[in-house]
Amino acid sequence: MAQIYAYIVHKGGVADDTALELITAAKKIDPDASVSAIVTGSGADLEAVCKDVATTYNEVIKIDNAAITYPNAEIIRGILVNILPGDAVLLLPHDTFGMDLGPGLSIKLESAFVADVVDFEGLDGSNLKIVRQEFSGQVSTHMLCDIGSGAVVNIRPGAFAPDESKSASGEIVDKSSEAGDLAARRTFLETVVAEVGDVDITKSEVLVSIGRGIEDEDNIEIANDLAEALGADVSCSRPIVDSKWLEKSRQVGTSGQTVKPKVYLACGISGSFQHLGGIKGSPFMVAVNKNIKAPIFQVADVGIVEDMLEFLPELTEKINDM
Amino acid sequence: MEILVCVKRVPDTAENEIEVNSDGTDIDRDDLVYSVNEWDNYAVEEAIQIRDNVGGNVTVVSVGDEESEEVIRREMAMGADQGVLLSDDAFNDSDGKGIASILKAEIEKGKFDLIMTGAQADDGAGQVGGMLAAMLDLPYASLVNTIEITDDKKIKVGREVEGGNIEMNEIELPCVLSIQTGINEPRYVGIRGIRKVASVEIPVHGTSDLGLASDAVGEAGANVKKVDYFIPDTGEGAEILEGSTEEIIDKLVEYLKAKGGIK
Ligand SMILES: Cc1cc2nc3c(=O)[nH]c(=O)nc-3n(C[C@H](O)[C@H](O)[C@H](O)COP(=O)(O)OP(=O)(O)OC[C@H]3O[C@@H](n4cnc5c(N)ncnc54)[C@H](O)[C@@H]3O)c2cc1C
Repeated sequence: MAQIYAYIVHKGGVADDTALELITAAKKIDPDASVSAIVTGSGADLEAVCKDVATTYNEVIKIDNAAITYPNAEIIRGILVNILPGDAVLLLPHDTFGMDLGPGLSIKLESAFVADVVDFEGLDGSNLKIVRQEFSGQVSTHMLCDIGSGAVVNIRPGAFAPDESKSASGEIVDKSSEAGDLAARRTFLETVVAEVGDVDITKSEVLVSIGRGIEDEDNIEIANDLAEALGADVSCSRPIVDSKWLEKSRQVGTSGQTVKPKVYLACGISGSFQHLGGIKGSPFMVAVNKNIKAPIFQVADVGIVEDMLEFLPELTEKINDM
Repeated sequence: MEILVCVKRVPDTAENEIEVNSDGTDIDRDDLVYSVNEWDNYAVEEAIQIRDNVGGNVTVVSVGDEESEEVIRREMAMGADQGVLLSDDAFNDSDGKGIASILKAEIEKGKFDLIMTGAQADDGAGQVGGMLAAMLDLPYASLVNTIEITDDKKIKVGREVEGGNIEMNEIELPCVLSIQTGINEPRYVGIRGIRKVASVEIPVHGTSDLGLASDAVGEAGANVKKVDYFIPDTGEGAEILEGSTEEIIDKLVEYLKAKGGIK
């Protein structure tokens, strides 16, 4: 088995949750694998992350350079090509950084690439058996990935349990001098922080959340009425914001808000991982969806197989009559 | 600005229930409604807007079977200037790298300032744009949701990152961008638009036109292979409330009271 590496995403001196998940994923590939963490960045922040990650990984490879204070995927790609052996298996989180870096890196390393992996089912020779999902989780697939000449594998955040044992005392190896040329044709300018909306859904105790099943902008009234009856706020999935029917600050998900209500009513929402990634604290989840096979029913507590456009007004009426 | 947009014909998930066929080799494709991949549609709209603002030309290209011609035509009805279909039985079962290799061969025949793909398609991999950029040795940005044309040497792009924040970058031309939904509002394509392009010739290029070795694409060139499809078995699953709508509502109200959903 080739050496496995895990790229650690971090911000403000703190490692991302995926730092603890990638090691679990690596052990699922090969329980005996030695796994090295790669941490890139600069200064005190980088040092703090390396020390933290060393409690989980047996080896931490540190690359310190001011040019990657902000993680520019183009520069980091060049560095990884310089420091990784040809047959390395590199795990990245399938987040906005991993999606930016992974595919192109696999080409430069001349290795295989698999995106958004949710599970592994062992190794058969040089073929790694992988589980993925397609069509926003409606169907799953087994894939065989030949890792004989290395692989870049993007792991879905949250798919593997975090290893919180902190049982390692890893050695920090400084490979900054092996980084090579740090020139880039894409340069980071600034981060524009998302606007705050009129309602802060991150503070709501009850959310009536609507998805593409609402079908039409005028139908949003139905959700507003129910929310009013419940004393709840209205949130939504991404397509509603893309259609400009509700403002961005109402979007729940990885590229929207992280919410932690007591009760979450998901109406006409299929349950993609990017949407579910924004729901924390395991609220009591009710799913209203006309398709019994919608993935949301696998994570909801209570499911209602109905047309939301007819069901929600009836529910509102009942509550108003109480 | 010479712009090329890669588009894919995919089953429309809003119109279909996706199911696995009886032997698990594929999804059940009988009676599926197809459309252009949602993310690609945003990319084509963006390309058309850029062309209308700064001048130039928009080409749409798709790797697929002959039916993919319909999505090329649709995007031309939207306003793209021309389309090319890359089709050959040898392309079947290509992995992401294979698809990117096919696209690269076509792209190298022209001269483009900007190459765009959708952020992802039906398989959720989001891999072709980044692979293509690396193969062409061009700079790349993924999940782009704002584009500002500065001059003919560089542009400013916003990448959508976690929490809805936007990471602004300057990127040199030519470059490859993968486009995230929400960047614009794709225009409506009416029946008149479709009719206007109905008889336009769409060239079809295969392995030999593209100068591709047949073992570089298709199953032979793939180091990632799909074995089967199956229905995921995750979690316990919800308690499905049964009965008349009235009974369902009564049960739901009890739950909502117990869990703090009704004050
Ligand atoms: C990088 C990235 C980041 C993303 N970030 C987010 C994010 O932050 N938040 C987010 O939500 N998405 C995000 N997405 C998009 C995500 O992948 C899905 O496309 C999206 O969540 C789907 O929204 P939906 O469930 O409303 O729509 P669909 O997946 O289209 O589902 C609609 C559902 O409604 C049901 N339905 C239709 N009509 C009715 C009816 N009349 N009554 C009842 N049910 C009905 C259907 O059966 C279906 O299950 C992101 C994607 C990418 C690539």
